[in-house]
Amino acid sequence: MAEIELRHVDKHFGLVHVIRDVNLTVKDKEFVVFLGPSGCGKTTTLRAIAGLEEIDSGDILLDGKPIQGLRAADRDIAFVFQNYALYPHFTVYENLAFPLRAVRTAKDEIDRTVQSVGKSLGISHLLRARPSALSGGDMQRVAIGRALVRRPKALLLDEPIGSLDAKLRETMRLELKRLHLENGSTSIYVTHDQVEAMSLADRIVVMNEGVLQQVGTPTEVYLHPANLFVAQFIGSPVMNISETMVTEAGGKAQIALDRETFELPAELLGMLQQKNASRELSLGVRPEGVLVSREARPDYRPVEAHLIQPFGGFDIVDLKVGEQTLRARTTAGYIAKPGERVFARIDPAQAHFFDTKSGASLDIRLGD
Amino acid sequence: MARIRLENLSKKFVNHTAVEDLDLDIADGEFFVLLGPTGAGKTTTLRMIAGLEKPTIGRIYINENDVNEWGPAERDVALVLQQYSLYPRLSVRDNLKFPLQSRVRNLSAQEIDKRIEYASQTLRIGHLLDRKTDRLSGGEMQRVSIGRAIVREPQVFLMDEPLSALDAKLRESLRSELKNLQRRLGATFIFVTHDQVEAMTMGDRIGILNKGRLVQVGTPSHVYKNPRDTFVASFVGSPAINLLAGQASGGKAVMTPQSFELPLGNAPVAGDGAYTFGIRPEDVRVEAGAPVEAKVHDIENHGIEKILTLRAGSILVRAGVPARVQVKVEDPIRFGWDPSKVIVFDRDTGANLGAGN
Repeated sequence: MAEIELRHVDKHFGLVHVIRDVNLTVKDKEFVVFLGPSGCGKTTTLRAIAGLEEIDSGDILLDGKPIQGLRAADRDIAFVFQNYALYPHFTVYENLAFPLRAVRTAKDEIDRTVQSVGKSLGISHLLRARPSALSGGDMQRVAIGRALVRRPKALLLDEPIGSLDAKLRETMRLELKRLHLENGSTSIYVTHDQVEAMSLADRIVVMNEGVLQQVGTPTEVYLHPANLFVAQFIGSPVMNISETMVTEAGGKAQIALDRETFELPAELLGMLQQKNASRELSLGVRPEGVLVSREARPDYRPVEAHLIQPFGGFDIVDLKVGEQTLRARTTAGYIAKPGERVFARIDPAQAHFFDTKSGASLDIRLGD
Repeated sequence: MARIRLENLSKKFVNHTAVEDLDLDIADGEFFVLLGPTGAGKTTTLRMIAGLEKPTIGRIYINENDVNEWGPAERDVALVLQQYSLYPRLSVRDNLKFPLQSRVRNLSAQEIDKRIEYASQTLRIGHLLDRKTDRLSGGEMQRVSIGRAIVREPQVFLMDEPLSALDAKLRESLRSELKNLQRRLGATFIFVTHDQVEAMTMGDRIGILNKGRLVQVGTPSHVYKNPRDTFVASFVGSPAINLLAGQASGGKAVMTPQSFELPLGNAPVAGDGAYTFGIRPEDVRVEAGAPVEAKVHDIENHGIEKILTLRAGSILVRAGVPARVQVKVEDPIRFGWDPSKVIVFDRDTGANLGAGN
């Protein structure tokens, strides 16, 4: 059992308010990812849970007991840093054994644990090596192993794979998740990389400027972002956002992008009225919600292809709508070259609407 | 105007060879990306072009001028590094002005202002000109570093992982900014990275380096579809291609250790025998009634799609499925592949046995 709860946690660094009234429950065996840009307070929150930072006010509870007064060593929580923090003069075996020796574990018990952790991380063949002989990935595997040998109640990871090559990060993501499945300890993982967050998390906690923006499963935060910040932080390439005006024409709703108008179902007008929302709003649509056709079709508007970014399996194409850019996702090679005239439509089912001023989602979902 | 030609270029350090026998012809106005893992020789190559390293063997030509004996300044190239080398005490404007004030350049104050104006407009840093550089964010600092290159109006821009130190989100926006910038300037860019997304999305052509050797040069889509060997195949594309060891036998691929078999269609196998079969995750078909039975080993949610890792026997296969597919880890699942998308590699050398590459 290890449930972590934060109640009204607040912290300042001098004049900077780094954590603002954060409330959160991380359930037993859950894998939660804190996601946000640098300086959003995610690492400070993690360090506060670990006992590496003090908080100004609020409670941090582990299985219902306040732990904010306890020293880091007494919290039974393990921490993995981005920069490995291994002992360079020890072998891998000794690095893994160290936390157990520190609490005077019996020798054969140490050996059994080190061997088993080494095996589950795929580093059994490296136990006699010194850290300097290891690759970055293996060093991080050892660092994670060292956090696991004491079977902590919770595992906290601060951008553990942030300094690795892109390719290696992919492999490590899978390993981390399988490891979590196997040993099941409650885990909190900090990253600024939304791909990592989406791929790893049971739930994502999106933070900005010390404030929780949204807590939800990857699917929830992707499909129903609570505000403009989350909408733009989750998903790559970034969601198109346009401050626009909804008008009515011929029984349909229209939205203007530059001098072009795109049609949306009439129900949008009623929904806006029902919610007492302004018709001046921010429209959000992910690249896959911008439908592209090479031939003219009803409801499709003429646009010009600008930058084409091939990703291999698909292309991301910047479409020029007057002076505005609408970023679309197409099948690979669908648009041959920049400068081509094509046609685009906004898929109503994938359109998001936000209050421009507050940034909050208007929570309007249109059918197709 | 600058065409860059590397001929038979090698660089040996005391006990290792960083770059070996490199031939490369980069066209004027091209956005060329050197892609490879750490230690592949990308940065050494870039530094040789910049004149910061001397080749052990081989020649470097800029516009058909042999520049081997030229110093860095004479080559008229600008280098942008991962670490922004800005003067912390100076304002952005003074940082931009600095490279122009050299007596060698002999530029008028008016010309200097014009160039700063142009660079700051292009990079959208006009509002930052009077700010000290230690008050800038990482993205702003990197824009200023690029600005310092632009004001010099060099023939060639050399960029060594300029986006690596930035946040993922910022990297994404600077990628398209840089590509647009290069279009607008019409200058030759040589861009070094280990990130295949950067290479694919920005490069007119990509040169892939491994262990000091150039493995393949081609457009992003050519390299993606026709990787020369298993190294390129697995380096380019994310999530990575599936590379499955198996035997060709009677028109089928039988995986080793023997766990499943799939039809080969017209895949270019030279008779029965041992091969490595490559299939990209988007070409693996997950559907009821597909030939192979497996378990869901892992699920990665990528928003628009899910990447499933499937486990058949002890073999892991990645497959891309639409986001709406609902599965749990350890669920039974069936998959097949699109035989026309299978890439066949020599088991020993890793070379792509398909035609046309």
